Amino acid sequence: MRNIIEVEHLKKSFGDNEVLKDISVSIQEKEVVCVIGASGSGKSTFLRCLNKLEDITDGQVVINGEDITRQDTNINKVRQEVGMVFQHFNLFPHKTVLENIILAPMKARKISKAKAVETARELLTKVGLAEKADAFPGSLSGGQKQRVAIARALAMNPKIMLFDEPTSALDPEMVGDVLEVMKQLADEGMTMVVVTHEMGFAREVSDRVLYIDEGYIIEENEPNELFNNPQEERTKLFLSKVL
Amino acid sequence: MEVVINSLPYLWEGLLVTLKVFIIAIILGFIIGLVVALLRLSPVKLLNWLAKIFVDVIRGTPILVQLFFFYFGLNSLEFVSLDRETAGIVTVAINAGAYYAEIIRAGIQSLDKGQNEAARSLGLTSAQSMRYVILPQSFRRMLPTFTNQAIISLKDTSLLSVIGIADLTQKGQVQIAATFKAFEIWIAVGIMYFVVIYLLSLLSSFLERRFRLD
Repeated sequence: MRNIIEVEHLKKSFGDNEVLKDISVSIQEKEVVCVIGASGSGKSTFLRCLNKLEDITDGQVVINGEDITRQDTNINKVRQEVGMVFQHFNLFPHKTVLENIILAPMKARKISKAKAVETARELLTKVGLAEKADAFPGSLSGGQKQRVAIARALAMNPKIMLFDEPTSALDPEMVGDVLEVMKQLADEGMTMVVVTHEMGFAREVSDRVLYIDEGYIIEENEPNELFNNPQEERTKLFLSKVL
Repeated sequence: MEVVINSLPYLWEGLLVTLKVFIIAIILGFIIGLVVALLRLSPVKLLNWLAKIFVDVIRGTPILVQLFFFYFGLNSLEFVSLDRETAGIVTVAINAGAYYAEIIRAGIQSLDKGQNEAARSLGLTSAQSMRYVILPQSFRRMLPTFTNQAIISLKDTSLLSVIGIADLTQKGQVQIAATFKAFEIWIAVGIMYFVVIYLLSLLSSFLERRFRLD
């Protein structure tokens, strides 16, 4: 297995505030990595550096063989291979569900409308929302919105999927449906990086868990080891609060 | 009453000139506004700064002074020759453009930044994100403010009568000079402006309902 994500000595500051201090990690193809940590620990910022939604202050981030910290890398091309799902869904409210999904395949990948619609309908069936194709996002529940957002990202046929607290804004009864779709995706061999507070999901689905605090990866391990036998004091303290 | 009815064909001609000037100026003004707004938001400092100066200068001077500048000022230069109508249209267009620029800029900036992030994360370029995601949503929100500015611009065209453009206001003055019926003619002129503006606001409410987001 090759490393599809390679991060070396990543640093990220907002003004004087250094949020990521020194992050190095490699992620293999088909690996599912969950990132856990307290609010403000830098875990979301770390994720957003992987597709350069945040400018990278220092260090190197190589995605699918492309060094995205280089000025001459076409970031749009890299992002076509990296889907992202946001905490607040960020569906386009002026477009129907179907239009949300076909926009990027048609405009960024130049796929024909007929083909894009066909793929979109397959993906909607996969996330269990085939009947919502012509609905507007405003008429959907949170869980439905998030499943549409996942379908929208998958429509680009990405090699990597990034999830930024995908269930944090959902009503508790909606969380299961979304996690189910994500689990299915993991089973199909998608490379996934998931920032999450869902420890159950991390334990059950992920291959590896990173615990981030104050801009560093404090501890990383396979989920059973990390949850049952944490080595670092800070990890123990964090887990005692969330488990 | 008879005087007014006899004047109507002349006033109607003036109204057509007013509408023509208004429509051309508002379209040009919108294009100017869009370009200036995008420059205002551009990461290039110089463009940013030029756009800001344009907006500040236009908003900071009276439209009548701008009109005199474009018609008398520029025409006093040897190599410039602007006819009345061009000078008038340019004045109203540039004036509306400066206000539109601010309306559009505010509309774009008020949009949740998650919208742009979602579009960019899918691999769309910043221009594609602007065109397919940001502007369509911003324009819906801006519609009421757009109408407001369009109404102001329509009323501004009445100032063009002072440089001799034969618009509704100027035709009114001419008819009064011929008939001495100032009271009746100004009421007729006022009603004609009012009807056009009222239709404009009806169109705006229709568009707002048509493009409502939910």
